[in-house]
Amino acid sequence: MRKVMLNGTALVLVVLFLFPVYWMFSTSFKSNTDVLSKDPVFFFTPSFDHYSTATGVDLFWTYVGNSFIVTIGAVLLALGVALMASYAIARMRFRGRRGMVIAVMMAQMAPWEILIIVVYLNARDLEMLNSIGTLTLVYFVMALPFTIWTLRGFIAAVPKELEESAMIDGCTRTQAFFRVIFPLLAPGLMATSLFGFISAWNEYAMVLVLNKAPDAATLPLWLTQFQTNFGNDWGATMAASSMFTIPVLILFILLQRRVTGGLSAGAVKG
Amino acid sequence: MTVHIEDAPPRVPGPDPSTAGLPPPRPRRPRSARWLPYLLLAPAVLALAAVLGYALVRNLVISFQEFGRRQLISRTTEWTGLDNYRAVLENERFWDAAVRTFVFMAANVLVIMILGTLIGLLLNALGTKMRLLLSISLVAAWAMPVIASTTVFQWLFDQQFGVANWVMRSLGFSGYEQHNWFGSGTSTLAIVTVLIVWASVPFVALNLYAGLTTVSGEIWEAARMDGASDWRVFWSILVPIMRPFFLITTFLEIIWVFKAFTQIYAMNEGGPDRQSETLPVMAYMEGMGQNQYGAAAAISVLTLIILLVAMSFYFWLIFKQEKEES
Repeated sequence: MRKVMLNGTALVLVVLFLFPVYWMFSTSFKSNTDVLSKDPVFFFTPSFDHYSTATGVDLFWTYVGNSFIVTIGAVLLALGVALMASYAIARMRFRGRRGMVIAVMMAQMAPWEILIIVVYLNARDLEMLNSIGTLTLVYFVMALPFTIWTLRGFIAAVPKELEESAMIDGCTRTQAFFRVIFPLLAPGLMATSLFGFISAWNEYAMVLVLNKAPDAATLPLWLTQFQTNFGNDWGATMAASSMFTIPVLILFILLQRRVTGGLSAGAVKG
Repeated sequence: MTVHIEDAPPRVPGPDPSTAGLPPPRPRRPRSARWLPYLLLAPAVLALAAVLGYALVRNLVISFQEFGRRQLISRTTEWTGLDNYRAVLENERFWDAAVRTFVFMAANVLVIMILGTLIGLLLNALGTKMRLLLSISLVAAWAMPVIASTTVFQWLFDQQFGVANWVMRSLGFSGYEQHNWFGSGTSTLAIVTVLIVWASVPFVALNLYAGLTTVSGEIWEAARMDGASDWRVFWSILVPIMRPFFLITTFLEIIWVFKAFTQIYAMNEGGPDRQSETLPVMAYMEGMGQNQYGAAAAISVLTLIILLVAMSFYFWLIFKQEKEES
């Protein structure tokens, strides 16, 4: 009896959590008459019209290109800069180390949502609005603290002795880093770059104010452009949302294990 | 909300806090080595200072200036001291938004934590197949990009063709022929709450479940043998063991919901008639909508101060936990 109750509750929850995702995909494949129906249509012949509408807008490929340039650029910059910083924090003793750790922790929680206006004003003063470079820079700084923080953990987890023995065998510190530590960081680099990618890919508020010009915009702005004062093209909006979501969904499924491991490892002493 | 696992508190490696005060035994190193850590940190520090640090400072500076459309175009500076703050604090709209933000945040966090905990416990109690199915649907909800899920919820609650109205009609409620879910600020924020809860519960549930799997099963068995009820097991065993998790997660959710912007702004642009504006959205609207950049900066400084209080609790928790672990 208890088992039935539990499974029943679980099934209801599965439906509740999946429904919006399912509805997004299913709407995107409906013809307009099925979308604009007072009673929702659950069975229909699939149509790809909305996908052609969504991808057929002016500059669609520019948005796609911009989104990829900005996210990949930000992730690569963050990885490079964070590798150096996290090595220093994890492995070296120096004055101001603790302050740096605290600064990185604080920066991780930086409320960018509240700083949109001032970032806009700063970019405007420097005549850096509507520029892919500016957006990349902002996303890079958004991703940086988390990347430093995570890589620091991974570097610290590599036993010091490994590095030291490499140095005794004649490696310089740089060689020891690249030959001993770097290969062991692969999972950390994967995890941080995927997280960086997802957060930059999803970002909406900054690009909304910084890159309004269509040729500098990214996909989140494309996705919202099918809703206008003259009426909303829900089919195209859902097709765009679906296309926008799929890459993230795939990355998330790949990442899920690592994600859920993280917090609990810190929260509960095994 | 996207993945925010960055806030997971990793164990602190490095120097033992108890010896931090003593000068570390330093092997003889060439002079250049002393500069090396600073050199390695320089790019990161510069980038953070130039983008984040400068934004924070400039925000504070602008909050003491008269900064409207005119100053934006002529690029002049007019200092007005505390005028912006006075105007903001005397503005009823600010207080409405502040109260709204707190109520909204409290409601969201409460529902997220309760539902997240219940679902986490449910995951732990389910069989393998059902657990996998539920986990997958939770991950799907969690993974949805915020801007995509916001548009999906707009569509679900659409006035003319939304599923929500159809569900209400099917359940036998009247008045849902063309109910406008975005007709008032409260109703709009209620839908944003559904959206945020839907997107945030998976984080809490999956992490609680992951934490529970590390707790030895013998503890539960022992408690059951002694005749403890479910309720008792929860409060006397689970809560104390998972206390750090509950505290840290609650504060994270408080911070995240408090500064939520995209969900509220993209849902209805703070409307109707600015009635669903929380503080971050109000700061944005004052700035980009009304060209009152000085007032916007003052609001965002005030919001930042409130956030700092929540954040310092969060950091206090993290540091306390690190101390306990080391």
